[in-house]
Amino acid sequence: MTREDSTERENSTEGSESVHGEQIVLDGVTKRYPGTSSAAVDNVEMTIPAGEIVMLVGPSGCGKTTTMKMINRLIEPTEGRILIGDEDVTDKDPDELRRHVGYVIQGAGLFPHYTVGDNIALVPRLLKWDKKRVDDRVNEMLDLVSLDPDTYKNRYPRELSGGQQQRVGVARALAADPPVLLMDEPFGAVDPITRQRLQDELLRLQVELRKTIVFVTHDFDEAVKLGDRIAILDVGSEIVQYDTPEQILTNPASDFVRGFVGAGSALKQLNLTRVRDVKLDEAAYAHIGDDPSAALAKAEELGRSHIMILDDKHRPQRWVSIEDVNSGGIEKVSRDHELEVLSMTSTLNDALDTMLTSRHRVVVVTGAKNRYEGVVRTETIMDAMQAIQQGEVGASETTVEDIEEDAR
Amino acid sequence: MGSFFTFVQENWAVISANGWQHLWLVIQVLVIATVIGVLVAVLVYRSNTASGTVNALSAVGLTIPSFAMLGVLTGFIPNGVLLSVLALVFYGMLPIMRNAVVGLQGVDQTLIESAKGMGMSRFTTLRRLEIPLAWPVIMTGVRVSGQMLMGIAAIAAYVQGPGLGNFIFSGISRTGGANATESVVLGTVAIILLAIVLDLALTLVKRVTTSKGIRV
Repeated sequence: MTREDSTERENSTEGSESVHGEQIVLDGVTKRYPGTSSAAVDNVEMTIPAGEIVMLVGPSGCGKTTTMKMINRLIEPTEGRILIGDEDVTDKDPDELRRHVGYVIQGAGLFPHYTVGDNIALVPRLLKWDKKRVDDRVNEMLDLVSLDPDTYKNRYPRELSGGQQQRVGVARALAADPPVLLMDEPFGAVDPITRQRLQDELLRLQVELRKTIVFVTHDFDEAVKLGDRIAILDVGSEIVQYDTPEQILTNPASDFVRGFVGAGSALKQLNLTRVRDVKLDEAAYAHIGDDPSAALAKAEELGRSHIMILDDKHRPQRWVSIEDVNSGGIEKVSRDHELEVLSMTSTLNDALDTMLTSRHRVVVVTGAKNRYEGVVRTETIMDAMQAIQQGEVGASETTVEDIEEDAR
Repeated sequence: MGSFFTFVQENWAVISANGWQHLWLVIQVLVIATVIGVLVAVLVYRSNTASGTVNALSAVGLTIPSFAMLGVLTGFIPNGVLLSVLALVFYGMLPIMRNAVVGLQGVDQTLIESAKGMGMSRFTTLRRLEIPLAWPVIMTGVRVSGQMLMGIAAIAAYVQGPGLGNFIFSGISRTGGANATESVVLGTVAIILLAIVLDLALTLVKRVTTSKGIRV
C-alpha cells in the first residue's frame, strides 16, 4: 500500500439515496453440534437492516463466526430460518446462494495460483457472465478499491502487500454485486496503519455501495468505528446488546458490555466523532503558479509558518514554508508523497494518531475527488473533545460523566 | 573401448529403435499412472483411514521385486507388451499417488472454505483450486516415478517386452560371447542417458504446467 492510494480516497457520493443491500433476518437460528449438550448458537433473533453495517463482537468462542457463517450456510443451522430480503435461504441451493453473498475472510483467501484479475473474476465466471462483462467488471472493481487495473490485474497475490491483498479480497467479494457482504475479521492480519486505511476505505465504499454488511470482529474499537449497529454477543451467541455504537458507549446494558467497552470510553468517543462532524480549521493555501501574496498575508494573519500548495484540481500537494515561498515562489511544487491526509469519514482518533506522527502537527482533510477541505490541528481536536464533554457533539453531558465514572 | 563404439555404430538402427520404444513405453505408462494415481488420491485424501491405507499399500507395493512380479504374472498374461504396461503402471502410480495425497492434503483449508464461500462446487474446487495447488508436488511424484520406471522397464525384456532391456538380457545370456559385455554396457548407459533426458523434460513440464503465482 502506498501513500498515493490513501490520498486517492474520495467521498464523492456522500449521502447517496439508493440502498443496494437487502435486509437479513435471523429467526430462531440455532446450531447444535452432535454430541454437545449446549448449543453453539442458541435461538438467535436478529434483524439486520438493509444497507447497514452490523458488527458482531464478542469473546472468542461466543459463536459470532458461527452465526455469520450460517447466513451463507457454510455452517448449516440446526433450527430456525434465515431470510435475505424476502427469501428464505435455508432451503436454497447453497452454491447458488453463496454466489450472491460476498464473503471476505482474514488474510483475504486469494487463490495464489490465480492472478489478481482472475481472482476477482471468479464469481462472475461461476455465474457465466460473458468475457467482456467480466473484464470490464474486473477493471471497475480494481478502480473501486484504488488499485490501478493495468498495474495490478496480472500480478499474483504473493506480489502484493497484505493490505493490497485484503483490498483484492474485498473487490473479489463485491465483483458479482451481491446485496449482502459477510466479513470475517477481514482486517485482523494487517498492521495497525494499514488496518486504519482499510477501514476508512470500507466506509468510503459503503457510502457508494450501501450493501448490507455483517462484520465479525473481536476488536471493539473497530466495531465502534465501522458499525452502524453493534451486536455484543456472549457464549451461545446470546445477544447481550444490539444497538448503535453511541448507545452502547453511553448506556451499556450490563456489566458484560461494560467490560467489553472497557476503560477510556471518553477517549473511545473520539472514535465515534468523524472529521466531518467537527469545524475544520483553516490554513493559508495557494494554487501552483498563482500569485502567493494573498496566501502569505493569510498565513501572517493566522500566525502560521507554512502555506498549503494545491494543484489545479484543488488537491493538496505540499506544505511550503513562508521563507521558501519568498525565495523560490510556487511556480513549481512537486507533490509530497509523504503528505498526511485525512478523509471526511476518518475518526478524530485517526486524526489524533496521524497528527502525532506528522511533521507539521497539522493534517490536511480532503473531501470528494480529494479536494482540499481544511485542516485539523491539535486545537481542533481539543475543541471537539470539549464539545463532547459539554454534550454538543455525540453524547450528552450526564452520560459522558457516567462513562467516566465507569472508567474509574 | 574401440569395440564398444564399433558395436554402437554397427547396431545404431536397432539401438535407436529400442531406445525409442523404451522411452515411449515409459512416457505412456507415466501418463496412465498419473491419471490413476491422482484419481485414487482424490478418492482417499479426505479420509485419514483411507489415505493411510493407501500409503501403506504403496509402501508395500514398492518392495515387491519387479523381476519376481513379472515372472509370476507372465503365467497369467502371456502378451509381453500388455504385461509390461500393466506392471509398470502398477509401480509407476505408487509414488504419484503418494505425492498426490500429500499435495492435496497440504492445500490451505482457509482457501477451500473461501472457495466454498464463493459458491464453488466440490468438483470445481478440486479442479480449479486443489489440484492446481497440489500440482508441483504431484509432478515431483511423476519425476520420481519416471526415474524408477526407466529402470524397471529394462526388466520388461525378460517377458518379451520392448525396450533397451533386450540388450542387457541378450548380453547376459551370451556372457563371454562376442560383444556380450558391450551389449550389457550399452543397454545400461542408454537407459541412464534416457533417464536424464526424461527427467529434464519432466522438470520443464512441471515448470510450464505450474502457475507462475506458486512457482518456487
